[in-house]
Amino acid sequence: MSSSPQAPASPIGARIPMVDSVDKVTGLGLYTDDLTLPGTLVGRILHSPHAHARIRSIDTSAAERLPGVRAVATGQETPVKYGILPVGHDETIFAVEKVRYVGDNVAGVAAESEAIAEEALRLIKVDYEILPAYFDPEKSMLAEDNLIHENKPHNIERDFHHHFGDVEKGFAEADYVREDRFDCAEVTHAALEPHSTLAKYDASDSSVTVWSSTQVPYYLQLTLASTMQMPPEKVRVIKPLVGGGFGGKSEVIPLELAAAVLARKAGDPVKITYTREEVFYAHRGRPHQIVELKTGVTREGKLTAVEARIIQDGGAYCSYGVVTILYSGQLLNAMYAIPNVKFDGFRVLTNKPACGAMRGHGTVNTRFAFEQQLNKIAATLGIDPVEIRRRNLLQAPCMTVNDLRVLSYGYPECIDQVVEKSGWKDKYGKLPYGKGIGLAGSHYVSGAANPIIRSKMPHTTINLTIDREGIVTIFTGASEIGQGSDTMQVQIVAAELGIDVDQVKIVAADTTRTPVDLGSYSSRVTFMAGNAAIAAARDAKQKILAAAAETMATAPQNLVIEDGKVCCRDARRIALPFAEAARLAIGSNDVLEATGSYTTPESSQGGKFKGAGVGPSPAYSYCAQTVEVTVDPETGEVKIDRIIAAHDCGKALNPVCVEGQVIGSVWMGLGQAVQEEMLWENGRLMNAGLLEYRSASTLESPPIEPIIVESNDPEGPFGAKEAGEGSLAATIPAVAHAVYDAVGVWIDTLPITPEKVLKALERQKPGVRSQKSE
Amino acid sequence: MKSEAIRLQVNSKAYGLETEPNCLLLDVLRQDLGLTGTKRGCDDSSCGACTVLIDGEPQMSCLMLAVSYQDCEITTIEGVADGSELDPLQRGFSVEGGAQCGFCTPGMILTAKHLLLNNPDPTEQEINEALSGNLCRCTGYTQILASVRKAVELMRERQPMEVR
Repeated sequence: MSSSPQAPASPIGARIPMVDSVDKVTGLGLYTDDLTLPGTLVGRILHSPHAHARIRSIDTSAAERLPGVRAVATGQETPVKYGILPVGHDETIFAVEKVRYVGDNVAGVAAESEAIAEEALRLIKVDYEILPAYFDPEKSMLAEDNLIHENKPHNIERDFHHHFGDVEKGFAEADYVREDRFDCAEVTHAALEPHSTLAKYDASDSSVTVWSSTQVPYYLQLTLASTMQMPPEKVRVIKPLVGGGFGGKSEVIPLELAAAVLARKAGDPVKITYTREEVFYAHRGRPHQIVELKTGVTREGKLTAVEARIIQDGGAYCSYGVVTILYSGQLLNAMYAIPNVKFDGFRVLTNKPACGAMRGHGTVNTRFAFEQQLNKIAATLGIDPVEIRRRNLLQAPCMTVNDLRVLSYGYPECIDQVVEKSGWKDKYGKLPYGKGIGLAGSHYVSGAANPIIRSKMPHTTINLTIDREGIVTIFTGASEIGQGSDTMQVQIVAAELGIDVDQVKIVAADTTRTPVDLGSYSSRVTFMAGNAAIAAARDAKQKILAAAAETMATAPQNLVIEDGKVCCRDARRIALPFAEAARLAIGSNDVLEATGSYTTPESSQGGKFKGAGVGPSPAYSYCAQTVEVTVDPETGEVKIDRIIAAHDCGKALNPVCVEGQVIGSVWMGLGQAVQEEMLWENGRLMNAGLLEYRSASTLESPPIEPIIVESNDPEGPFGAKEAGEGSLAATIPAVAHAVYDAVGVWIDTLPITPEKVLKALERQKPGVRSQKSE
Repeated sequence: MKSEAIRLQVNSKAYGLETEPNCLLLDVLRQDLGLTGTKRGCDDSSCGACTVLIDGEPQMSCLMLAVSYQDCEITTIEGVADGSELDPLQRGFSVEGGAQCGFCTPGMILTAKHLLLNNPDPTEQEINEALSGNLCRCTGYTQILASVRKAVELMRERQPMEVR
């Protein structure tokens, strides 16, 4: 425990270490692959070598005869379709009839050793009829035959066409209209822990228990039940420590189902852990996205209309695709005041691994396009990029044209902070040639206001027990994935109950023992589980104070809990230790039980049009960033010198965690900005390794300075909003802007590689260089 | 492949076991000895999550055959704390947010341990160079750098801290 003498009495806002940090630094904390049960078999998956092919036949007999092989499974046995979205059930555990990408799942084996399992995969004979494959989304959209899914004409998963206000009128009112095309490469999460699942089937009561590296235990439970055709109550999902997610574990991943099916078939536990190459092919990352963007402004730089045509290359299955494409349009809004907005979005299927949710889900590439175009407009009109943003701020609280409710809005302060700290006024346009500074903003939801599976059920529920020693145990379905979920709930419960964090224990993410939480995705945990934790703690407090009031011969409203004691408001000296008060409330029971839930308010749930369900959130985080670069005009190399990121998280419940999340988001955005991209050739990934994918090391990672801005959201727990995703998107356009400021070229295609910078410099009109150095 | 009897010295403890000569040290540590603190993050020595100390030198255990290290002293993350007292690096990573998901943490700490043993007051550049073979996807390294600096500070102060 850090022992700052000025540490506040309340755990809210305290820089306390994460509650699981000792387990992590000692190596004693257990991740899924660290678990083994007696008799655990090794599971392996046979992947398709073809991008698009019909399966004529599969012969598993030789594999089954191999000594040490305990189970072989193929698609025909479990043909039930699943997918994370109710509108996107298009996957099966193993391929039925067709494979749709290199890496698609064809069969699974469970064997007594890894070597036997690998040998068994080699013995499975699959007869494929190879079909024409689609790799380019713009070509795939023209497809007439050999469709990837028969029920998706032209290989279009979904398209949406939204029009709010009147863009024609808006463009007519504009003094300047600009159009650009942006192209953003596909990127992936590459969490350091490869996906892993351990499954055990108990024949005595036909139940299955699955330990898995998941961000969504509840959805995994439901999907295991549906695909294995078992009642959900016979499925138990336990989430051990998770070694990073970033969205890559926010839906059911094929190995989770394969391990369970193989365990049921073999009668012994089965563990499957992906190789790093398999992780890259499992993917579910951020899609390649093309944005054609048109923006109109008055000569003062006031936005009059925005029109976007967006194409996302979704890969072979729906995954989160319908949500991703909607986010890419819906969250054009809620950042600036834009009176007229039109959006045409196309989620397209191709024969590559499915894209899904990745940190900043759906918003990142659109935000890059918008911020870059806004910076271009500012440059053309001779308006300072800071000023053009200030002229287009939302007047919060407000509703946007597409019915997004914005209550707290710390963006103006974020801009002020980075402008001040970076010395913007003395730098922008004033640094020597080759040096530049850029500015951009971004935002993100604090949880989706509408659940993936629409229902009236709370988004999250938290139960508490308090024992006779005054020890509080939180039972929560919320998933700690390294972001601080457990710590946040412990801090909130301790704060509400007026006790020390050491008195609060947590049991999380075990579908048999803990109540439903929808998962760690869309940055929902702090806002939603945080509010449920407050509600549960208040329920407990009410019961404790009622019991204490009787003993202390006063009314409950005269009592408070502070520093582990129940005290009278009027005479603080009369105090009852917390444990004693808890014992009074427990009475003749074993423990005191309390519960609390969170459901989003109806006013935050969005409009009524088709697709209105995606984008609404009870609160939005905001971020502004400045990036300073040095560009070498001889090599095109972009060196990042300094990044300052101001993030409006509402209230920093734990500044160490908030800063860690902001820095991590910026760093991941920086990877996408300058070096990360998935390189495909005929459906094969050319860089399926961490070095080839160019995940940055310490030596390529610049100092990142976070600034916390606290707008105190009226509905957030203690005012808090999300901190784990919103900062990512601003980094990319801020880097691109800094490159422009350094050498005068706009790069509209991600990542911003030295090759692209050099090419742009070659095309540059002579004279730009001398202008800058004047 | 035929198993053979080998002896390993891990965290000052002697182990005797039967293993095949092509078994990786990483797998023997994790599967045979149950020392699962050493992590596998890749399959090609890209990430450094499997780093252990071999006679004090950081090495990637995914590249090493267990049979070849029978005469060496091997230190894994489980051997870093002194009984119930955390190493200054472990304390640094805990309080400065150096461990988010924690998967790279064991490798980071062992690599940093070697650095601080040989250079008790490293510069920022020296820390970054030492840790450049250990990848992290969570932290952007900023808080890892702060964690190592914190450890340097704690080593100077030598304040004990107990495992909770």
